[in-house]
Amino acid sequence: MAVSQLVGARIHRREDPRLVSGRGRYVDDMTLPRTAYLNVVRSPHPHARILTIDTTAAKAAPGVTAVYVAADFDAVLSGAMPVAPAFVAEKKTVPDRFPLARSEACFEGEPVAVVVAETKEQAEDAAELVEVDYEPLPAVWDLEAALAADSPRAHQDLADNVAWDLTYNADADASFAEAEVTVRQRIQQQRLAPTPMEPRGVMAEYRPQDQAMTVWMSSQNPHFIRLFVSGAMGIPENRFRVVSPDVGGGFGCKISPYPEDYLVPAAAKLLDRPVKWIETRTESVQATTHGRGQLYDVELAGKRDGTMLGLKVTQYLDAGAYVGTFGAFQAVACLVAGGAYDFRQVASRTIAVLTNRVPTDPYRGAGRPEATHLIERTVDIFAREIGMDPVEVRRKNFVKEFPYTNPFELVYDSGDYDKPLRRTLEIAGYERLRREQEEARSQGRLLGIGLSTWIELCGFGPSGATAPATGGLALTESAHVRVFPTGSVTAYVGTHSHGQGHDTTFAQIVADDLGLTMDQVEIRHGDTAEGTAFGYGTYGSRSLAVGGIALHRSCQKVVDKARRIAAHVLEAADEDVVFEKGAFHVKGSPDRSKTFGEITFAAYGMGLPEDMELGLEAISYFDPPNLVWPFGAHLCLLEVDPETGAVTLLRYIAVDDCGNVINPMIVEGQLHGGIVQGIAQALFEEVAYDEEGRLKTGTLLDYMVPTANEIPPIEMDRTVTPTPVNELGVKGVGEAGTIASSVAVINAICDALAPLGIRHVDMPASPDRLWNLIEHARSTAPQGGDR
Amino acid sequence: MIPAAFEYARATSIQEAVSLLGRYGEDAKVLAGGHSLIPLMRLRMSQPSALIDVNGIQELDYVRVEGDRLRIGALTRHVTIQHSPEVKASLPVLAEIADEVGDNQVRNMGTIGGVLAHADTAGDYNTLALMLDAEIVTDRRRIPASDFFQGLMETALAPDELVCEVSFPVASGPHHYIKFRRRLFDWAIVGAGAQQLADGSWRVGLTNVGMTPVRARAVEEALAGGAAFDEAAAHASDGLSPSGDLRASPEYKLHLARVLTRRVLERASAA
Repeated sequence: MAVSQLVGARIHRREDPRLVSGRGRYVDDMTLPRTAYLNVVRSPHPHARILTIDTTAAKAAPGVTAVYVAADFDAVLSGAMPVAPAFVAEKKTVPDRFPLARSEACFEGEPVAVVVAETKEQAEDAAELVEVDYEPLPAVWDLEAALAADSPRAHQDLADNVAWDLTYNADADASFAEAEVTVRQRIQQQRLAPTPMEPRGVMAEYRPQDQAMTVWMSSQNPHFIRLFVSGAMGIPENRFRVVSPDVGGGFGCKISPYPEDYLVPAAAKLLDRPVKWIETRTESVQATTHGRGQLYDVELAGKRDGTMLGLKVTQYLDAGAYVGTFGAFQAVACLVAGGAYDFRQVASRTIAVLTNRVPTDPYRGAGRPEATHLIERTVDIFAREIGMDPVEVRRKNFVKEFPYTNPFELVYDSGDYDKPLRRTLEIAGYERLRREQEEARSQGRLLGIGLSTWIELCGFGPSGATAPATGGLALTESAHVRVFPTGSVTAYVGTHSHGQGHDTTFAQIVADDLGLTMDQVEIRHGDTAEGTAFGYGTYGSRSLAVGGIALHRSCQKVVDKARRIAAHVLEAADEDVVFEKGAFHVKGSPDRSKTFGEITFAAYGMGLPEDMELGLEAISYFDPPNLVWPFGAHLCLLEVDPETGAVTLLRYIAVDDCGNVINPMIVEGQLHGGIVQGIAQALFEEVAYDEEGRLKTGTLLDYMVPTANEIPPIEMDRTVTPTPVNELGVKGVGEAGTIASSVAVINAICDALAPLGIRHVDMPASPDRLWNLIEHARSTAPQGGDR
Repeated sequence: MIPAAFEYARATSIQEAVSLLGRYGEDAKVLAGGHSLIPLMRLRMSQPSALIDVNGIQELDYVRVEGDRLRIGALTRHVTIQHSPEVKASLPVLAEIADEVGDNQVRNMGTIGGVLAHADTAGDYNTLALMLDAEIVTDRRRIPASDFFQGLMETALAPDELVCEVSFPVASGPHHYIKFRRRLFDWAIVGAGAQQLADGSWRVGLTNVGMTPVRARAVEEALAGGAAFDEAAAHASDGLSPSGDLRASPEYKLHLARVLTRRVLERASAA
């Protein structure tokens, strides 16, 4: 490997000038000749029987090309939409989901018909003319109510509303028998709308002469979409091309296939003309999968000296009206509920509940923010119960030896959990903050300090664990590196960048590996017609720790071959040739040297070794031996206005460890965005419904995504504990901030409200919610007690 | 999120706007800054048959101080009010309120006449207009603010009547406005304004605690009777019955009305 010059450097994202100057190319920037526009007619009811659909008036409206209901697609679409095993191999009930509801619509926003017209305006006007005769049915959305025997069913023909009920481990009894102290808490995880800046969008063109489909769409993993939709349409994969060009954010909601991903290409095939659909913001909040939507019952057994013995966790997961394709991934919370702590026993059970709401699916962190939230919250409650500083309880119970096998046989690859905590406390001036807090309290001010010593697992693979979880396809990652005769390089990666900055970080890796400048390296992704046969996409903080390694290995293969060519040209033994600073030279004779460009030219020319094929390109599929386990320590300082319940964030400190860092600026950017998304859950965001189960937060006026104004400066530092799982020593960082931050904020609020006897606060901690808690605490006993 | 079809006409004078409004009838709407109207149309919650665009009527864009009146043309943008030396000198609380309207995009386009005519209960200018006895001047008459706001998004305007000006009394004494909200660019969950007049009396108003802006007369009277700020502010919720919304229950709004009224008085007099 060349001397590292670019890896580790703080390099500006080279894709940004294009993206911030309006030169990005998103799906809606593309229009083909004769493109028609599709509009989706959606059920306005949480649950209704579809009696009739009258399309007469819509078909007669100006510009309308076609109005289709479910039966109209029978000739071009078959099968139900996929549901992966993920972390729940066998599910009790998985209702079949089809792109269009036929006789029963089970959530508000479920597609029931589509209108295609010459313009998007005409399509939207005509959609209002589709007359659907609904018979409203009883609906259910409260998780506990849904589990009652007499509850309405999310689908009429269900025996009950349980999608799955899986106990991973039932036994923590010994720990609880030994306990001196037990604490229990119920913790809510409200539904969140992922809210990418670019909503979803699909455009499709079918060429009958080639029997070939091309789909442009805003997706995190075009290869999986190709797999699913080509299968449903009966078009072979090699004639089904999916292109995800620039994508304006995904956060997990652009992993799974959606009805429109089937309906748009199907309509294009039926009509023999290009068809385009672009999601509106209201559709995005209403009908794109939600994240979280869970309820936890947590119980912790410990000793008065601060030792934590055992944990019992029950997850109630709001699956929505159908099980999301990767919805069961969220059950991973049950497997890492023990967090950074060396629990002797952890018992956990996941129960997924079918409701009349849009399905839930992975959203940035997906199960791991929930796990962090429940354990870090419960540790604080335990610390307060035994009168110990939350820092000391954490330290006493941290996992200290690695690799560590947790009660679910997951192996934490590496860590040093006290290291970032020490640094966080140092930056914060923890002792001084505690003194300031005491002083503030004596003045009646509510200052709070909250900690989150978070861990996560990411970088999915490995194949052995993930192949069963996806229903057969191992989550590895691929990269194809092509070196052109004059030495420039194009690398095709199977991951997908939609904000992560891969164009920059991957170019740093390739440039270093091959001794090039970044300008000589082009990174391409997102087009299934290019590169390797299969790519696995970007989610679960996997791109660098899996895809980056495939890329690195491809580069190593290129260097190995180039070295053999250089040895041949330099008339030296292979092992005597050194590759350094972009050139090959004979060991001990720096003047006997050939540049990388000279060798690449030779690779396509004459005079190669006899047994060597022409060309210089390489493909690798990397199958990681384990997951990687980033960690860190966050601290939030805030003040609660005791009169209004308003929260003012004063400081936010984050010290994280994601192993070796390719580009610190991009790592910090990922953490900033992630932390803000967690703060957003803690204080602002919630998909809210009225008493009839109808969406109240259908615009960004009501669905409260915070802005820079609401976020304090984030003070950051980093520790570096390289992973042994891959040769670059890198972990993932895309979800880390979100996994860490919600509970740092909530722990700080609970700390602030402790003098009032308030023990727990659910999210979002809006001013009215906090005011109610404060009022209630003041109207009851002075010490308040448990809520 | 595409508006339903509508007619569009651009007026270049007050008379032309009025005559266009007359021609298109009751379902026509005036388009000024459009930052409330167009989102409603995109959601199809508002489907006007026609938009009469008044942005070309230059004569409606002005800020003038005449005697003891601050006269502001209906088409004056928030950004102009925010930075106007005349407003800052003659009615500084208005400039301060303008400074906190929406975000830059909203302030660059939104107009004071639009806020008044739209009569959203969360419109901060409306509270100030009511509490200071401003007059709304239309193409045909002068309407006291106390008669202008009649209900939720309902005003005394006839369908073909155009807001041309709002005329405030000047007041540069102690003042403050608190806009309580979760995000900087949000509407007020509850707003409270206080202005001390030259004669020493206080005017106090509340935003988003009813169908219309509210003048807190009980608070004003208590202050006139010599009550301390906290005693007077306890009357801020007298007679109110706000409806709850996504951000606040009725009880919380009433509580905020009292707390914010006390704070706004304290801050006004401390400034």
